[in-house]
Amino acid sequence: MEFLLQPLTLLTFFPLLGVLLILFINAEAKNAIRWVALATSLITFGISLWVLAMFDASNVNLQLVARYDWITVAGWNIQYFLGIDGLSILLVLLTAFLTPISILSTWTAVEERVKDFMIFFLLLEVGMTGVFLAQDLFLFYIFWEFTLVPMYFLIGIWGGPRRIYAAIKFFLYTMAGSILMLLAILWLGIYGGTFSVPDLVALGNIPANIQWWLFLAFTAAFAIKVPMWPLHSWLPDAHVEAPTAGSVILAGVLLKMGTYGFVRFNLPLFPEAAVRAAPWIALLATIGILYGAMVSYAQADVKKLVAYSSVSHLGFVMLGLFAMNPQGIAGGILQMINHGLSTGALFLLVGMIYEQTHTREIKVYGGLWKITPVFGSIMLIVSLSSMGLPGLNGFVGEFTILLGAFGSQAIGNTAYAIASALGVIMAAVYILYMFQKMFLGPQGEIVDEVKKHGHGLRDLNWREIVTVVPLLIFIFWIGLYPKPFFALMAPAVEHLVGMLPIP
Amino acid sequence: METTTLIWLIPLPPLLAFFLIVLFTNRSKALSHTIAVGAAALSFIGSMIVFVRALGVEHLGEHPFESAINWLPTGDTWFRIGVLIDPLGAAVLFFVAITIFMIFLYSVGYHNYGQPAGDHDVKGLPPHGATVTDEHGHKHVVPSVEPMYSRFFAFLGLFAFGMYTLVVSDNLLTLFVGWEIMGLCSYLLIGFWYGKPSARDAAVKAFMTTRVGDVFMLLGIAFLYSATGTLTFREIFTEETLHALASTPAWFGMTASGLIALLLFIGTVGKSAQWPLHVWLPDAMEGPTPVSAMIHAATMVSAGVYAVIRMFPLLTADWNGHELTTTMTIVAFIGAFTALFAATIAVAQNDIKRVLAYSTISQLGYMIAALGIGAYVAAAFHLITHAFFKALLFLGSGSVIHGMEHGVLHTGNHHVDPQDMYNMGGLRKKMPITFWTFLIGGFALSGFPLVTAGFWSKDEILADAFGHGHLAVFVTLAIAAFLTAFYTMRQITLTFLGEPRTEEAKHAQETPWTMTTPLIVLAFFAVTYGWVGISEHFPILGGLVPNWFHDFVGHTLAEVPEAPEFSWIPLLTSLVVALGGLALGYLTYRNVKSVSEDKFQIPLLKNKYYFDEAYNFLFIRPAYWFAENVVYKFLDKGVIDGFLHAFGPFTQGTGSALRNYFDLPVINRAIGDGSAEITYWFGGKLRGIQTGRVQQYLMLALVTFIVIGAALYFFVFAA
Repeated sequence: MEFLLQPLTLLTFFPLLGVLLILFINAEAKNAIRWVALATSLITFGISLWVLAMFDASNVNLQLVARYDWITVAGWNIQYFLGIDGLSILLVLLTAFLTPISILSTWTAVEERVKDFMIFFLLLEVGMTGVFLAQDLFLFYIFWEFTLVPMYFLIGIWGGPRRIYAAIKFFLYTMAGSILMLLAILWLGIYGGTFSVPDLVALGNIPANIQWWLFLAFTAAFAIKVPMWPLHSWLPDAHVEAPTAGSVILAGVLLKMGTYGFVRFNLPLFPEAAVRAAPWIALLATIGILYGAMVSYAQADVKKLVAYSSVSHLGFVMLGLFAMNPQGIAGGILQMINHGLSTGALFLLVGMIYEQTHTREIKVYGGLWKITPVFGSIMLIVSLSSMGLPGLNGFVGEFTILLGAFGSQAIGNTAYAIASALGVIMAAVYILYMFQKMFLGPQGEIVDEVKKHGHGLRDLNWREIVTVVPLLIFIFWIGLYPKPFFALMAPAVEHLVGMLPIP
Repeated sequence: METTTLIWLIPLPPLLAFFLIVLFTNRSKALSHTIAVGAAALSFIGSMIVFVRALGVEHLGEHPFESAINWLPTGDTWFRIGVLIDPLGAAVLFFVAITIFMIFLYSVGYHNYGQPAGDHDVKGLPPHGATVTDEHGHKHVVPSVEPMYSRFFAFLGLFAFGMYTLVVSDNLLTLFVGWEIMGLCSYLLIGFWYGKPSARDAAVKAFMTTRVGDVFMLLGIAFLYSATGTLTFREIFTEETLHALASTPAWFGMTASGLIALLLFIGTVGKSAQWPLHVWLPDAMEGPTPVSAMIHAATMVSAGVYAVIRMFPLLTADWNGHELTTTMTIVAFIGAFTALFAATIAVAQNDIKRVLAYSTISQLGYMIAALGIGAYVAAAFHLITHAFFKALLFLGSGSVIHGMEHGVLHTGNHHVDPQDMYNMGGLRKKMPITFWTFLIGGFALSGFPLVTAGFWSKDEILADAFGHGHLAVFVTLAIAAFLTAFYTMRQITLTFLGEPRTEEAKHAQETPWTMTTPLIVLAFFAVTYGWVGISEHFPILGGLVPNWFHDFVGHTLAEVPEAPEFSWIPLLTSLVVALGGLALGYLTYRNVKSVSEDKFQIPLLKNKYYFDEAYNFLFIRPAYWFAENVVYKFLDKGVIDGFLHAFGPFTQGTGSALRNYFDLPVINRAIGDGSAEITYWFGGKLRGIQTGRVQQYLMLALVTFIVIGAALYFFVFAA
C-alpha cells in the first residue's frame, strides 16, 4: 500500500484505475465511458497539482522519489525508480493538463469503438507520465516503448484514409531509433553496474570515444522522436492521419519526449560528447527551423501545415538546449511547453472545423471569421502565439532561446542564431497565409457545400470553448508573466549547465 | 499620485477598453465608444500630468522618472522591465497623447455613429448607406453606421496600448513588445474590411514587410544583450558600456555599437516604411482613415523614428563628431534617398490618401537623414511637428472622403471613387472647416515660412545638414522639400480650389463636430508647436521666444548637442523651395480639368517605380516556388521520403532475395529438408533390422561388440 500511495506512483498509474472501470462498462454506454475517462484524467491532473504543491523548486535534486529494487539478477540491478525535478515538472504538468483537454475534444468526434479509444488513451497517459518520471534507464525504456503501442492503435484505428501507412511508418521509424538506444542502455548498465541515472551521472568518467558512440545512440532515438531534420518525415503523415486528440497529444507531449531525453540523458550522461556535438546539433536544428517553415508554406492541407510547423518549432527548442547556457536551456524547456499549448490548440481548432466540413484543404475555405467569429478570434490568438507575437507565450520562449543561442559558447557561431531568426519571419508567412486564406476575404466554397447537407457552419459550442479556453489562459499567462514558469526550473537548469564542460 | 505610478498606469486604460469591449460591450455601440474614448481621455490626462511634472523637474535628463520590476530570470540575475520618462520621452508622450485622443474622438463621427444600419451592409465590408423615409414620404440614402463599430474601437484601444507601452518603456524588450503589438494592430486594422481582397492583401503585406525589419531588430537586441548583459536604456548609455561597444570590432569594418545600431535601424526601416521596405505603407490606405492617421502620425511610423532617436547614443557611440561612421552613412543615405524617392512618386498619385502616404514616407526620410548626420534635436523636433500636421492632413482627407461619400450617396452613382482627387474640386465652399484646417496642415507640410511648425523643424534639419558640411544630404533634402511643396499644393488645388468637377463634389457636405473638432485642435498645434523650437541664431525672431525644445530635449543626452552656426544659405533655400513649390503647384494645376491634362501622370511614377512588381517577381513568387517545388516536393517528398520508401522495398527485396535464393534452396532444401530426408532415408533403411526378435538383437549386439572391440584393439592398443 505504501508503494501505491507514493505521489509519483499514483500520478503515473492512476489512469489504470480508469481503464479498469471502463473495462466493466458496456461498450454501447458511450457517454458513461467518456465521463469515466474524463474524470480519471481530471483526477490525474489534480494529482499532478498536488505534486506541484509538494515540489520545491530551489532543490536541484530529484524529489518525491519512489525507489525499489525490481529485477536483480546476475549483477544486473534494475530498479523501479521515479523522481521529479525542475527539468521535468513542467512536462509532467503539461501531460496531465493536455490529456483531459484531448479527451474532451473527442466527445463528438469519436463515435466508433469509444471504449477501446478511451482505454488506449488512458494507457498512453501512463506511458507518457512514466517517461518523464522514470529515473532508471531500463524503466525509462519500458515506458518509452510502451507509448508506441497505444499511439499506433489510435492512428491505425481512428485515423484518416492513409492511417495504416502512417501508423506503420510512425511505429517502425521510432522503433528503429530506440533499438540503438537500448544497446547503449545495456552498455551503460554493464559498465556502471546500475541503471539509475543519477548514479550513472555521479559515476561519470566514460572514456571520450565511447561517450561519443553512446551519445549518438541516444541521439538516434531522441532525434527521431523530436523530430530533427532530416528524420522528420514520419511526423506529417502521423499528424495528418491521426484523430484530433491523437494529434494534440502527439504534438503536445510525444515530441517533447525526444527533447526531454536530450536534457535528461544526453547532456548530463555524456557531457563531453554533447559539447562536441553542439555545433552540429545547432546546424541541424537551424536547418529544421527554416526547412519546416518553408515546407509549411507550401502546404495545401491545413493540418499538414501545422504539422510541418512543429518541425520548425522543435528546431528552436533544440537550438536552445544545445546553446548550453541557462537562457538557452530554460528557453528550450519553456518552448516545449509553449509548443504543446499553441500547437495543441491549433490541432484542436483545426479538428473542430474538420468535424463540420470534413475537409482540410485550405483553398476551399475563406471568410470564416464572419460566419464563426468566436472560432476566428480564438484561431487568431493561437496563430499569433504560434508565430511568436510578443505578449503571448511563443515570444518569451523564442526570445530567450535567441538570447541563449546568440551568446552561446558551445555553439560558437552566431550564424545559427541569425539564420534561425529568419525562421521567425517565415513563421509569420505561413501562419498569416493560412489565416488569410481561411478566415478573411470572400466566403469559401465549403460554406455553401456544408449548407447543402444541413444547417450550415456553426460557431464553437460551449464544450468546444471549454476545451480551448484553458490553453488560452496559459498562452496569455506565459506571455505576460513568465516568471513563475521559469522559477520552477531555473535552479535545476543552472545545476545542469554547471555540469557541462563548456570550453 | 507618485509620478512613476502614474506612468505605469498610462498605457492601461486603452488595454482595459480593448478587453471590456471584446468581452462585454461589443453589442452596444454607444457603450463601446464611450469606453474607448473615455480610456483615451484618461491616458491623455495622465500623460499631460506627467508632461507638466516633467517640465517642473530640473535636470530631468540626469534624474528622469523611472521605476522597474523583475520580470524574467536570466541565470543568476533578473531581467528587469520598467518605465522611464526623460525629456525625450516626455516630449513624445505629449504629441502621442494628443493625437491618439483626437483620433479616437474623430472615429466616432467617421464611422457614422447615430446613423441607421445599412440596407445591405455586411461585416467585413465598408458601409454602403441606408435608405430612410422622411415625414414627407421622400426616400433618401444616408450614410450608414459601420457594422463592426465596436470592434473598431477595441482594436484602436489595443493600438494605443502598444504605442503608450513603447513610449514609456525603459528598455528595448518592452519597447519591442509595444512595437510588435502595433504591428499586429496594423494588420487587424488595415485588414479591418477583410471582405475586400485588397484590404486583406494589404494587411498581410504590412505585417510581413514590417516583420522582415523586426527580425533584424530582434537580432540587434539579442546581440546587444549578449554584448552588454542588459537592455535597459540608461544602463546601455553609460560611458563605459558605450565605450566598450564602440571599441569592440565586429563585422564589415563596423564596431559592435555600429552593427547593433544598424540592426536596430533595419527594424525602423520596416516600421517607418523607408526604402527598400516602404512598399506596405501606401497599401495600408485600405484601412479606414482614422487608422491611416493612427499609423502615419500618432503611432507606428513615429515609433520607428522614435526608436532610432532613443538609440542615438548607441548610433553615435563610435562617432568622432565629424566624419560619419559606416552605420551613420547608411542611415543618412537611406533617409535622404527615401525622402526624395517618395516625393517623386507622390507627384503622380491621384488618390487623396495615397499622396499623403508617400508624403509620410518622404518626411520620415527627412527625420532618418537628420539622425544619420547626427542632428538629434532636429529629428525629434520634426517627428513631433510632423505628427501634428500629418494627423491633421489624414483626418482632413478622411473628412473630405466622408463629404464626398455623402455626394455619392446623393447621386447614387457608386462608380465614382470618393478618394480620387480628379472627382473633387471646389470643396472649399462645401466644407470650410475641413478646407482651412487642411490648408494649414498642407502649408505646414510644405514648410510655409515663419507661421507653420513644419517650416521651423524642416529648416533646422537643412541648417544642420548644411552647417555640418553634409552637402549631398542637404541638396537631396532641398529638392525633396521642393517636391513636397509642389505636390501638396497640387493636392490642395485639385481638392478644394476651382470648381467641382463632378456632380458628387457638388453635393459634398461638411462633417459632424466629432470630426471637425480634432481638425481644429490639431491645426492649432500644427502652427504653434513650431514656436517652441526657434533657433536663437535666427534673424530677428531668434531669442524672442526661448528655444525651449532644443534645451529640453537636448538634455536627454549626456552632452547637449550644439546647434549649428546660422547661415543664410539654408534659410534662403528653404524659403525658395517652399514658396516656389507651392506657387508652381498652384499655377500648374489651377486650370486642370481632368486627369488627361495632368503632365505628371508618368507611368514610372504612377507605378511607384514598379517596386511591387519587382518584389513579387524577385522574392514572393520564387519563395513560394522554392518552398513548394524544391523543398517540399523535391526534398521532403522526393529525397527524404523517397529514401525511406526505397528502404522498404530494399528490405523487402533483400528479404525475398534471401528467401528465394538462399532460404528456400540452401536452408530449406539443402539443410532443412535435406537433413529430414536423409534422416528419413536412413530410418527407412534401418527399419529392416528392427524385426522385434530378441535373438537377432543379441546377435547384432554381439557382432557390434566384436567389431568395435577389434577396431579398438587394432587401432588403439596395438599402436
